[in-house]
Formats: sequence, C-alpha cells, structure tokens
Amino acid sequence: MPSLKDLRKRIDSVKSTRKITSATKMVAASKLRRAQEWAEAARPFAQHMSRVMASVAAGVPRSDDMPKLLIGTGKDQTVLVVIVTSDRGLCGALNSSLVRTARRRINALLADGKTVKIMPVGRKGRDALRRDHGARFVGQVDTSKMRKITYADAQGIAEQITTMLDGGEFDRCVIFYNTFKSVISQVPTEKQLIPVAIPEGGGTKLEGDASYEAEPDEGEILAELLPRNLAVQVLNAMLENNASFQGAQMNAMDSATRNAGDMIARLTLVYNRARQANITKELIEIISGAEAI
Amino acid sequence: MADRVKFDLVSPERQLRSEDADMVVVPGSEGDFGVLPGHAPIISTIRPGVIEVYKGTGAPERIFISGGICEVSADRCTVLADDAVEVASLDRAAIEKRIKDAEEDLADAKTDLDQHKASTAVAVLREMLTAAAR
Repeated sequence: MPSLKDLRKRIDSVKSTRKITSATKMVAASKLRRAQEWAEAARPFAQHMSRVMASVAAGVPRSDDMPKLLIGTGKDQTVLVVIVTSDRGLCGALNSSLVRTARRRINALLADGKTVKIMPVGRKGRDALRRDHGARFVGQVDTSKMRKITYADAQGIAEQITTMLDGGEFDRCVIFYNTFKSVISQVPTEKQLIPVAIPEGGGTKLEGDASYEAEPDEGEILAELLPRNLAVQVLNAMLENNASFQGAQMNAMDSATRNAGDMIARLTLVYNRARQANITKELIEIISGAEAI
Repeated sequence: MADRVKFDLVSPERQLRSEDADMVVVPGSEGDFGVLPGHAPIISTIRPGVIEVYKGTGAPERIFISGGICEVSADRCTVLADDAVEVASLDRAAIEKRIKDAEEDLADAKTDLDQHKASTAVAVLREMLTAAAR
C-alpha cells in the first residue's frame, strides 16, 4: 500500500502530464486547420498540371530520346525510395506504419535483386531506417527548419533527385507519404515519380482531330514541364504528410488527455480510501486506548 | 461556343484566379498573345511578364508572373505559374533592393549552376521592375 504522500505525488505528476498533452492537442488542432488549407490550396495546380502533361505527352511520339524524367532510363535496376515523414513524434502510429509499408517494399525489391537507394525527408523516417538501411541512404533532407512548406523547398528536393537521375544513379523513383483522408484517417501511400505515370486519355478533349500547337516546340515544353511536375508532386506529398501529422498528433494527444483524466480519477479514489482507512485506524486506537484505562 | 474564356491561374501553392474573362493577354516565350473565345489550341511556355485579364469595359487586371506554362483550348485558358503577384501590389523600392541582392549573388556565384540561377533571378526581378513602373 503506497503512502498518502506517494499517492499525492503521483496524482500531481499525472495532472501535469495531462496539461502538456492537452496543450499539444490544442496546438495541433490549430496547426491542422492551416496545414489542411495549404494541402487543399495546392491541389488545383497538381490537377491542371497532370491534365496539361497528358495533353502534351499525347501529342509527342514515343521515342528513346525523350527526357529521362518522363520515360526513365529504360532499365529497372536501381530504385530510389523517397520517404516523407514528420520531424516530431507524439502522433500515434503515423510514422511507424508508413515506415513499415516502405520497409516491406524495400525488402521485396532487395529480394528481387534490385539495388535500393533511400532518401529520407524528415527526421522520423531517417531515424527509423538508419539501423537496417543506413548504408543505402543517399542525401537526406532536413525539414525541421521549414516552418511553412513552400514550393521552393520542394524544388530543392526535386533538383537533388534530377541531378541524381542525370548522373545515372537510379532508374526508377517512388515516394512514400501519408495521405490526409480525415482527422482520424491517414493512409500510407506509395507513388511513382519517375518514370511519370500519365493517365490514359486524361488530357483535354479537343474537337475533331485538332491537336495542340506547341510554342516553342513539344520538346522544350516538356523540358519546362517535367521538373515542375516533379517539384509539385514532392510538394504535394510534403503538404499531405504535414496535414496528416497534425491530424494524427491531435488524435493521439486527445486520447492521451482522456487516459490521463481516467488515471487521475482512479488514483484519487485510491487516495481517498487510504486516507479514510488511516482515520478509522487512528480512531480505533484512541477508543481502545481509552477503554483499557 | 461560349462567348467568354474560362481563365484559371494557379501557382503551386494556391489557386489565384478561376473566372470568366473576355480576353486574356499572355506573355508567351515567343511573344505576347491574346486569347479570345474560340482560340486555336496551343501550349506555350511563358517568359517573366504581365498577364492582362480583360473583363467588361474597365481597365484590365494586371498580374505579374515569373514564368510558367500556358494551355489554351477553345473555351479555356489555364496558366500554370511559378509565382504570381498582382502588379498593383508590387513595391518598386523593395524590388530594387532585391535586384541589388540578386546581383551580389551573381557576383559571388562560383559554379555554373549558381551563376545560371542568379542571372535568371536578376532577369525576373528586372522584368518585375518594368512591370511595376508601367
């Protein structure tokens, strides 16, 4: 039976934990709203972009001298895995389930005899994969300084990827991130970045046999379009993941706050019982002492 | 056929415009072109410059964009911009300062890539200044 003093200490400590978790929850809730707005604001561009991509690509005959960003290197030996995670924890199973998905994929690729290179974006993914796959890391991105994720940040990452592709360091590139479905549901997602997956017939339908006139020409437009497309895909992944993180954190902290409340109620009950038992014991001692005289 | 052009202007971070316009003038890399309803389908790259949106009889809305891609089909005009700012909100003094910074970057640039980046930045800012001056 713990003493009254010990119980009081425990109650106080759980109370301060509850303060922290509920404050974190509130912060996450307010950040979530903004993160969600950013993620939603970025969607129209991605939609228009993929439509234009499909329109352009439909007008260009497939050939081997097309940009590598569009068709890849033609081989499928080395795979670059980009994994977008959050920098901080306290968000439930968000990062660990994403890392689990990615790890399963990496192991499957390795079992097929492929070479895998990993580029972690965000601290949690880097820490989780370092032990098993640390040797496969190529470059990493520190997102802890980015307070708002901007297009320029995504462009920086896209440039790194492009440089590696031009250097022939990989043949295929996939990105892992959490898609924000709702506050209670974030889905680990895998998406192929290179070669670009172009939706069939996704372009604007033109009347009759009309086709787009390109200015200056298709090749140059593709050269402008592809790096942007890559950066936008990366930006989208980062924004979705950021919104997912805030949602998951809010959720996790909400249940932590509730659990702390339950624990305080239980401990208070034990404390009061112990206090009453003490009083009763003292009374019995006094009464039996008085009777003995 | 519609008698107005559906004009969409989006940057990676947000959608800036989605509206009907009478005419849109786009600074294409091969020269400015105006888009009226029924324009032939075209895809063009854009040089840094000012997009003019004509609606009704008033003066056109002017928006500066630093580059991007434009897709035109019979009844719509979609501009994918890298960065877009309304000309009215441009501040000349601030731009002049940024040009100075960019020129210093250009002078400091060591690799070809840095040099290329810095000179592009200077060119975009100069264009922005002319847009603000008009």
